[in-house]
Amino acid sequence: MSGIEIAPDHLQPSSFAFTEENLAKAKSTIAKYPERKQQSAVMPLLDLAQRQNGGWVPRAAIEYIADMLEMPSIRVWEVATFYTMYFLAPKGKTKVHVCTTTPCWLRGSDDVVKACKESLGIGMGETTSDGAFSLHEVECAGACVNAPVVQINDDYYEDLNYESTKRLLEAFKAGEPPKPGPLSERRGSEPAKA
Amino acid sequence: MPKLTVDGVEVEVPAGATVLQAIEATGKEVPRFCYHDRLSIAGNCRMCLVEIKPGPPKPAASCAMPAGENMEVFTNSPMVEHARKGVMEMLLINHPLDCPICDQGGECDLQDQAMSYGGGESRYEEMKRAVPDKYMGPLVKTIMTRCIHCTRCVRFIDEIAGVPAIGALGRGGATEISTLEAGIDSELSGNIIDLCPVGALTSRPYEFVARPWELTKTESIDVMDAVGSNIRVDARGPEVLRVLPRLNEDVNEEWISDKTRFAIDGLKRQRLDTPYVRGADGRLKPTSWQAALNVVAEKLKATSPEKVAVIAGDQVDAEAMFAAKSLFEGMGVQSIDCRQDGMKIVPGTPRGGYILNEGLLGIESADRLLLIGADPRREAAVFGARIRKRWLQGGFKVGVIGKIGEQTYPTDTVTMDTAADFLAGASNSMVIVGAGALARVDGAAVLAHARSIATVNDEWCGFGVLHTAASRVAGLDLSFLPGPSGRDVNGIFEGVKSGDVETVFLLGADEIDPQDVKGAFVIYQGAVGDVGAGMADVILPGAAYTEKDGTYVNTEGRAQRAFRAVFPPGEAREDWSIFRALSEVMGAKLPFDDLANLRVQMIEKVPVLGAIDEQNRGEWGDFGQTGPISDEPFISAVQNFYMTCAVSRASPTMAKCVQEFLAVTNKEQDKAHA
Repeated sequence: MSGIEIAPDHLQPSSFAFTEENLAKAKSTIAKYPERKQQSAVMPLLDLAQRQNGGWVPRAAIEYIADMLEMPSIRVWEVATFYTMYFLAPKGKTKVHVCTTTPCWLRGSDDVVKACKESLGIGMGETTSDGAFSLHEVECAGACVNAPVVQINDDYYEDLNYESTKRLLEAFKAGEPPKPGPLSERRGSEPAKA
Repeated sequence: MPKLTVDGVEVEVPAGATVLQAIEATGKEVPRFCYHDRLSIAGNCRMCLVEIKPGPPKPAASCAMPAGENMEVFTNSPMVEHARKGVMEMLLINHPLDCPICDQGGECDLQDQAMSYGGGESRYEEMKRAVPDKYMGPLVKTIMTRCIHCTRCVRFIDEIAGVPAIGALGRGGATEISTLEAGIDSELSGNIIDLCPVGALTSRPYEFVARPWELTKTESIDVMDAVGSNIRVDARGPEVLRVLPRLNEDVNEEWISDKTRFAIDGLKRQRLDTPYVRGADGRLKPTSWQAALNVVAEKLKATSPEKVAVIAGDQVDAEAMFAAKSLFEGMGVQSIDCRQDGMKIVPGTPRGGYILNEGLLGIESADRLLLIGADPRREAAVFGARIRKRWLQGGFKVGVIGKIGEQTYPTDTVTMDTAADFLAGASNSMVIVGAGALARVDGAAVLAHARSIATVNDEWCGFGVLHTAASRVAGLDLSFLPGPSGRDVNGIFEGVKSGDVETVFLLGADEIDPQDVKGAFVIYQGAVGDVGAGMADVILPGAAYTEKDGTYVNTEGRAQRAFRAVFPPGEAREDWSIFRALSEVMGAKLPFDDLANLRVQMIEKVPVLGAIDEQNRGEWGDFGQTGPISDEPFISAVQNFYMTCAVSRASPTMAKCVQEFLAVTNKEQDKAHA
């Protein structure tokens, strides 16, 4: 159980604004929700800001989004700190999220965690010294049917075990990520062969 | 109207009521931490679990479960007992065992409920979590490791105080309540201390001061504003240690403002505890009561009555004003006034013209509100919260004439000319005139204009005045006002300048510019050495509001009795008894020997002062005086919420609040101007 990690002041940009392209995206996102319910766009906008800012959400972006959606900034902070996919401090370029919730754990997520730690040489919540990888423990990723599962950046890799996890990370290190999905014989979530 | 049974007892509750409310209706208690009947339902502490049939075979949170027809609720079945014990064990997993050093000890919900549902020992062998303490300003101290995440503070600040400053950051076991290290800039922030069911949020000024069982508790009335909040004064020996709210649905519900709660440390500073007389060398010298009263009596006897003036301050009890009025009117003095701010409510104004006729509660039935130079958030913070409560219910618009601070609900800018249009179409509109608008030179014209646009009929009196002085309505009820040939406050100041007024008696009047009475012989009677005492030639030490029994009438015209919690310091005496003593020295003994006797005579003259805790519309009639109204924007009578009286100005806690909240605002203003 770790506390909330917020980037120190010297890393925080003094201001934040969406690029023109992202501003258009933000506006079209806001337009998806009924009038005066624009606050519903807080999650997509935080994600947009995180992508624009190299994988983490600075303080200024939270204030910026709060202003844009006319909501108290503390409400945006609550959302940004609740979800494990938002980072409030710089992390690795490739983010490895390991699910350790019960179904994944029963199917061997301990081995997956071990493989990740060994392969990357870092512990949970840490970043490799070259800034390439960071390792994160997350709660249920919602893919229990293919447990255990790891999310790397935007993609899910499923049906993992110790060996396949090691191979997966080596492939990422080599810059040749495999196709997302199960790394077993299964196609999608079809019944496992007897 | 669903009918259900609770432990076999049948009960009928209104539609929409929860199971918890149904259980309470049968007189049973339900343990809870997160549920509070004035806040939204969170349902996250799980302490209120009960067994409900029919339904899934598991316990249900009674706070969040709507009561249904034919439900059978069990509050003491083995399942319930077991479930609650489990919840308690879970809550205690991360709760430190620091009750002996915790300020909440002895009045802690968790401690109390652990007595019933707690296990004797912990089965938990892992690490307990520790949470860094958060900064929430000079009033609220935090020990966040004790927090059980009920989110009452988050909901209160968001919903009732209307200042969304607190949030729950993080998730699960790592959740932390935080303000992002900023002070809570709300006039009601102290209430989260009462709401916190554990010792996570405690009073910073009261830190490690006392245990609840050491305190003498006195139910009384607050005088920091004109709301008349019902309070409980907790004292130990001669010291008032804290003030807590008391429930009064019609007045303050169960909230009090931060000034009410925290300004009490001003009662320990700069107190006048012995009479003083200014000597030939120009210095105030302590003396005896007899000597001081002799000086005053000689001076008053030597001055002709038309050259004597009396001004009563903002926190004087009705009894003191009645005694003063009886004494001075008996001497033929006509220049007496209870309106030290120069408020233009003249003698002869019907009561309906100077109270909030529909009452503080009345705002909840209004559909439109026009504030004329009134700033409810700072002048009457608890009333401000009630306006916000009304606004949250929808179908309610607030208009503002004048430059007032930001409120906790949206407001429309209105002018005197568009005021009638703003109110048009509303069925129960309310016009509230602030003390700041009435104190101006054109106050009488403002009053007349407000009267002309207010909706007044048999069912509704949409006119009201929001006073800022706790003593004002009682003063007006008592007609503590100039006689036919008397001078009002401004007239008194002019008289001092021209030499027509020689002696000024200030009864707790501290909101006066010393220049205005320069040259006159000033007698000050009051509790705290502030502006009034500084310019006095004789000081008669009086009792503060916590040190005497007294009657106060709030802005809605409700007479309430305050009670003595501690004795006045040193030689200080209750104010009415000082006038009684002075009258004897003067040789014109007032006809009452004790407070009960005084009250009988006072109520005989002014019956509303005897109608304790009653609120009614005042008599209606003509008041105000039509005339030109200046274009100058109205400003609130309260520019600095934390310091409005001698007590709050002497309070170190209030000084810290000014530093924390108002100094920043000034800085921002400077920046904005630059």
